[in-house]
Amino acid sequence: MISAIYRWLDERLHLDDLIAPFRHKTVPVHRLTYWYFFGGITLFLFGVQVITGVLLLLYYNAGANEAFESVQYIMTKVRYGWLIRSIHSWSANLMILTAFAHMFSVLFLKAYRKPRELTWVSGMLLLFLVMGFGFSGYLLPWNTLAFFATKVGTAMVGQIPIVGQPMMIFLRGGPQVTGATLIRFFGFHVAVLPGLVGILILVHLFLVQRLGMSVPPKIEAEWVENPSAKREMKFFPNFMLREMMAWYVAIGVLGALAAIFPWNLGVKADPFGSAPAGIKPEWYFLFMFQTLKLIPSKVWFVDGEVLGVLGCGLVALLWLLLPFFESEQPSRPKRWITGLGIFALMYVTGMSIYGYLAK
Amino acid sequence: MVTLLNKFRLSRAARTIGLAGYIVLGACLGYGQTTNSCLDCHSAMPDPLGVTQEKFSQDIHSQKGLTCTSCHGGDASSYDPTVSMGAKAGFKGKIDRKQVPQLCASCHSNPTYMKQFNPGLRTDQLDQYHTSMHGKRLASGDTKVAVCIDCHSVHDIRPPSDPRSTVNPVNIASTCSRCHSDAAYMKPYGIPTDQFANYKTSVHYQAMMVNGDLSAPTCTTCHGNHGATPPGVDKVQNVCANCHVFQAQMYDKSTHFKAFQSLGLPGCVVCHSNHAIHLPSDAMLGTGPQGVCMRCHQPGDQCDQARVKIQSGLMQLDGAIKQADIGLSVAEASGMDVSEARLAQTQARDELIKARVTIHTYQEALVDQDVQAGLKIAAKDQQAGKDAMVERNQRRIGLGICFLAIGIMLAGLWLYIRKLER
Amino acid sequence: MSADESSNPGSTRRRVIEYFLGGGAIATFASFLYPLLRYVIPPPVADLGVNEVVAGKVGDLKPNSGAIFRFGSSPGLLILTSDGTYQALSATCTHLGCTVQYRGDLHEVWCPCHNGIYGIDGRNISGPPPKPLTAYDVHLRGDEIVVTLKREA
Repeated sequence: MISAIYRWLDERLHLDDLIAPFRHKTVPVHRLTYWYFFGGITLFLFGVQVITGVLLLLYYNAGANEAFESVQYIMTKVRYGWLIRSIHSWSANLMILTAFAHMFSVLFLKAYRKPRELTWVSGMLLLFLVMGFGFSGYLLPWNTLAFFATKVGTAMVGQIPIVGQPMMIFLRGGPQVTGATLIRFFGFHVAVLPGLVGILILVHLFLVQRLGMSVPPKIEAEWVENPSAKREMKFFPNFMLREMMAWYVAIGVLGALAAIFPWNLGVKADPFGSAPAGIKPEWYFLFMFQTLKLIPSKVWFVDGEVLGVLGCGLVALLWLLLPFFESEQPSRPKRWITGLGIFALMYVTGMSIYGYLAK
Repeated sequence: MVTLLNKFRLSRAARTIGLAGYIVLGACLGYGQTTNSCLDCHSAMPDPLGVTQEKFSQDIHSQKGLTCTSCHGGDASSYDPTVSMGAKAGFKGKIDRKQVPQLCASCHSNPTYMKQFNPGLRTDQLDQYHTSMHGKRLASGDTKVAVCIDCHSVHDIRPPSDPRSTVNPVNIASTCSRCHSDAAYMKPYGIPTDQFANYKTSVHYQAMMVNGDLSAPTCTTCHGNHGATPPGVDKVQNVCANCHVFQAQMYDKSTHFKAFQSLGLPGCVVCHSNHAIHLPSDAMLGTGPQGVCMRCHQPGDQCDQARVKIQSGLMQLDGAIKQADIGLSVAEASGMDVSEARLAQTQARDELIKARVTIHTYQEALVDQDVQAGLKIAAKDQQAGKDAMVERNQRRIGLGICFLAIGIMLAGLWLYIRKLER
Repeated sequence: MSADESSNPGSTRRRVIEYFLGGGAIATFASFLYPLLRYVIPPPVADLGVNEVVAGKVGDLKPNSGAIFRFGSSPGLLILTSDGTYQALSATCTHLGCTVQYRGDLHEVWCPCHNGIYGIDGRNISGPPPKPLTAYDVHLRGDEIVVTLKREA
């Protein structure tokens, strides 16, 4: 039946020409091929977010007076509301995890080398936007933890010299975190960020399709020596089918997490209450948060927090431009970038654990 | 001639300027401070004559512009003791204890005078004092009893609203206990000295000092402050009734009211004590050491039987509520939302409180009414907990079905891949 | 003849795979779509009732009497005064949390736990309560008495 539909469309749209490049797309097969899945899984989880997000939109009410109660309503009164909301929350966390894994795997497999610099840049921008999704979405249930985490997080933005304060006021919709912040974050979360991310995903995917899959340098060298060792599989249907298996496993994991560990509501935010002791941001910001906590309050004449925030910004910028530090010859990549990558991974992991355990 | 005249004018001008300068300088130096020769000397003296400027500045009288001479007489501008503490200046010296109430009342019972400072202050303290045990004993010559300065302090008197004041609600019990807990001091009077110790074990003390509820009763709430007297044995329940209205209303209509009155027993105090008022428990209806009923009633008599029924009803309801709470907690731990049932639990707890209040009718049927109402709610909440667990299980079954479907799909995909790549 | 085909292990294997794939696809999509479809159908209770609640109907209350209604997750007190105006207050006493009631004989709101007294506007008048009761807005919609949170001016 599917072939009948295909033939009907092909008569009118000449689909063969469009699909041709995909028919020829291949995926290199080697001991590190599994890492290629992470991009697809991140994309899949984003799709899950869009679907569950739109469903949540049917019942969610953005506004300081209604937000918490509307989420409570979804969790208790709407049929399977608990499932949709818990999947949305879990998938958000999983997506950020797979996005980071994707980024680090690209780093260590050196897939960012020429000619794929723009793919890396668009990917890093996507990572930043995805963390923005996490930050804005976290506030939407309007509970105590989210309220104060937002307060602390936006206050850090305010630390940036000159532009920090206007940026903070822009983010907060005012000098303080209020209902206006919630409505603004809602706008970011459901309109601005999806638009930007949508465009960037198309760019990113176009680049990936156009440039093909990269092969790690060592394996490339092996294949140059021994051409018969080179193995490839067709993207469609072979790799695609494997990806579908991965996606099904991901759905299973999400369903299990949602059913066994439903996401909790928390306590409704009270702007005039005091921050709970030991307030922390979500886990994906912990490494930055813990770093800032460790910087002394004054370094020479510079305020410690300002230094920290600027430092984070600088690291992010350099990370964005990483491919441009790579050598001109893609076959002889710089070893120090791998070293830096290992250090970064250990730092992020270590600081996250430290931040989680610290009081 | 002219120059001599000019010189004279010049020197007179200089003197005038000098004098004006001195006055200005003196005014600057002495700005805001009238000479207080009393404090200047007495601040350097040891107790009991010592009063420092620091201490006296805390006193509300000082802040309102009154000074040593306002009470003690004398002349505060002179450093010559024969003048400052002379009879001509009306110096009274140390005020005799018997004169203290009269002295304070000379202002504090004068409404016209007090109005200029605080129109809201009462001016009947002295009249009240005369009706009190302290006032009556003082009138008959006993100077050991409390006069104004014993409770309000002297030279650093703070308004009662100040938390550091000796008569602020949080400090009243300690102030009274300075005498009333001193066994040696109170020996001649033959009254107990364990009130403060008992009060510290009470739920009212807990409410005030630990929970910060300033409306909780302290000594003066039940005994009065200036007219301090214990309530009469037959009037105790009137005092408790000021807050515990329902219990008092029920008690007044009950058999116990007439019985206790005829026996000269002090109402509420019989079961609840006067100072050591502990949080009541259902054990008070029991036969253990905390049980109060069996102190008078005979085992097996009508009242004992009613007691048993009342106690068992209350314990049944208490148990049902706790049972429902446990069920709801288990459901919550499994991720189910039971907020509506939790809300209903507060209603059930309200019914339990109501039932415990109804004890004071001493009628088992009335207590049972409230118990049954509470049991109905608790039963519903228990059911809600069970329903939540049923739904939790249904979710797991749904998850299992989903896993099965996914498993079939994964198997199919894997087989298909294998077939493709054979 | 099908006897030939059915004895061919390749075709049985193909059919098994088809059943697995097809069955799996249908089963998974059904198990995803079922909750989705039930989700989009609105539940019978349209709202949690924390901002606005119908506290009763005109005629339910007699003049100079009060009734408890549920407002979100806490009780509220609806009063119909002798001169015909409605007043709605939070019914949780600000002293220790008991549920207050309206006393027609006193024309005041009373807490039976420790004899706290509030005025009809919620102001704490006497007894232990340290703060007034929160007042809500009341307006009539047809014959429904609608209680809402007070809008900030």
